[in-house]
Amino acid sequence: MKNRINSLFESKKENILSVYFTAGFPNLNDTVEIIQQLEINGVDLIEIGMPFSDPTADGPTIQRSSEISLKNGMSLELLFEQLKNIRQTVKIPLILMGYLNPVYQFGVERFCEKCAEIGIDGTILPDLPLDEFEQYYKPVFEKHNLHNILLITPQTTESRIRQIDAASSVFIYMVSSSSTTGAGKKVEDFQRGYFERIQSMNLKNPRLIGFGISDGATFENACKYANGAIIGSAFVKAIDSEIKLEESVPGFIKNLLTTG
Amino acid sequence: MKYIVNEKGYYGEFGGAWIPEMMYTNIDELKHRYLKIIESEEFKNEFDHLLKDYVGRPSPLYFASRLSEHYGSKIYLKREDLNHTGSHKLNNTVGQILLAQKLGKTRVIAETGAGQHGVATATVCALKNIKCVVYMGALDVARQSPNVKKMKMLGAEVVPVHSGNKTLKDATNEAMRDWINNPEDTHYIIGSVVGPHPYPDMVARFQSVISEEIKWQLKEQTGSEFPARVLACVGGGSNAAGAFYHFLDDEQVELIGVEAAGKGVDTSETAATLTVGSPGILHAAKTMLMQNTDGQITEPYSISAGLDYPGIGPLHAHLFKSGRAKYLAATDEEVLYAALFLTQKEGIIPALESAHALAALDKIKMNPGDVNVINLSGSGNKDMETYLEYFGY
Repeated sequence: MKNRINSLFESKKENILSVYFTAGFPNLNDTVEIIQQLEINGVDLIEIGMPFSDPTADGPTIQRSSEISLKNGMSLELLFEQLKNIRQTVKIPLILMGYLNPVYQFGVERFCEKCAEIGIDGTILPDLPLDEFEQYYKPVFEKHNLHNILLITPQTTESRIRQIDAASSVFIYMVSSSSTTGAGKKVEDFQRGYFERIQSMNLKNPRLIGFGISDGATFENACKYANGAIIGSAFVKAIDSEIKLEESVPGFIKNLLTTG
Repeated sequence: MKYIVNEKGYYGEFGGAWIPEMMYTNIDELKHRYLKIIESEEFKNEFDHLLKDYVGRPSPLYFASRLSEHYGSKIYLKREDLNHTGSHKLNNTVGQILLAQKLGKTRVIAETGAGQHGVATATVCALKNIKCVVYMGALDVARQSPNVKKMKMLGAEVVPVHSGNKTLKDATNEAMRDWINNPEDTHYIIGSVVGPHPYPDMVARFQSVISEEIKWQLKEQTGSEFPARVLACVGGGSNAAGAFYHFLDDEQVELIGVEAAGKGVDTSETAATLTVGSPGILHAAKTMLMQNTDGQITEPYSISAGLDYPGIGPLHAHLFKSGRAKYLAATDEEVLYAALFLTQKEGIIPALESAHALAALDKIKMNPGDVNVINLSGSGNKDMETYLEYFGY
């Protein structure tokens, strides 16, 4: 079967909306409902966060959701169990995002097999560096039709960006600023130069911009410079409430897509 | 040298730089420049000068006669506790502050457990007039308050970290986040032989002055530069790395690291990573870790804040795996009594961390003719409250 992320980027070139949430938060068994709600409300791509005890590249919101998720009893085994039948209802591409150690303990090969079995289309593993990925893991990811998404930041040098572009197989995750997630500075204030520089590089891969995208305005602005954007912390905050997911998810997404 | 880091940053299967892309530029710069900088004549002169006149090196190698008599074997103490700021930590921070200057950095961050590395960092930042921010677990802030006050007096900002177990691991997470958010002007002075390559090698080199001195001091005092064994406590493992470094290839010298068993290695309250851990990836290095089957890091426990870390430097993971060094563990109680014993036999109050190495003397076989060197990595000044409370003075 064709990888769903490839299909998405072939059919949609702009305003792609990707949403991240931490699996197991706010409640242990919310995972499937959140995914279904996100799809129904028009999200194009979902990043399912695998919680880790030490999320060094994340800000307070995702740190907290990870901590609560783990306290709730989330594990990679359980997450795969929850997602077992996800493809019976959900068609959009799904990505697993998280730190390497839980995947490493699960067994990278076994992890990739599980992803293929369930219908996961890609991974984002920030602390798996490009060199190590290519040296040890690339063949097994390819074998299971899994894209490993790589990141670039404002500090990434041009030659490194070229290297990452060459090694990327579907899209590049553009970190909007030098920051951990949810840093919440306004995108347009200081990134235009960086966005324009990347835009003019004619990379072979499409790009999504993430980190610091929190509302309609920042989403719309990011979409001017890339094929779409990724919302994480702001969404995690929005569903951290007493309001039912069937109300909080549509509320957040509608607000995002109409107030740009 | 056989046990030294390879060009990719690995010690055997351990080490590497498992960093998120956000840290790539800084780590790449360090990786490409650190050796050139620290091996330059200018750097060496400056470093040696500060070690001598500011840190107070060489630190004495002291023959502990009453301790030796008790154990029936020759015991020498490498007095790192007599360094300025009271521990071996300053060796590394002096080196790294000079490096930070060469890299053109104007702001320094650090993590700290017991506060010894925090104080050592705040000290060199005061010396070089560089802005300093120290991350410290909120629990450690509470249990090491004299060091917190010292750092503040030295002009550093101390940020209490409330995530996780509120100890060293969490402080390290927060320091890494700071670096990700401030990639241009900031140098991160990691306090131990942990973290991504080149840190483990860089910190080991700065601390290697310890074993360099032990060699010539032993030669002077005993006629041979080779002891039977060297003992040092291990959390992340910087003082042990420094004490082992120049003996790594001298396979006749037994190397013994002593981890913090906490309330016992068979309890959940321990920090003995090599005894209870397994390979994994934390703080950008592949090393031995305390973790559960899902790969979540387990909260460590030790009475000594400086050893309260769920990982260990990749060099030690490799020395353990290859059998070049042996690692033991000492419980809180054994450590407290070992500290009291040294205090009353030799008139030296050791740090709780260093007392782990002393506690190991009861666990190993020593022959009468053996020369045993213990790295007394720090002074007990910061632990007086714990000692006084436990022994009821």
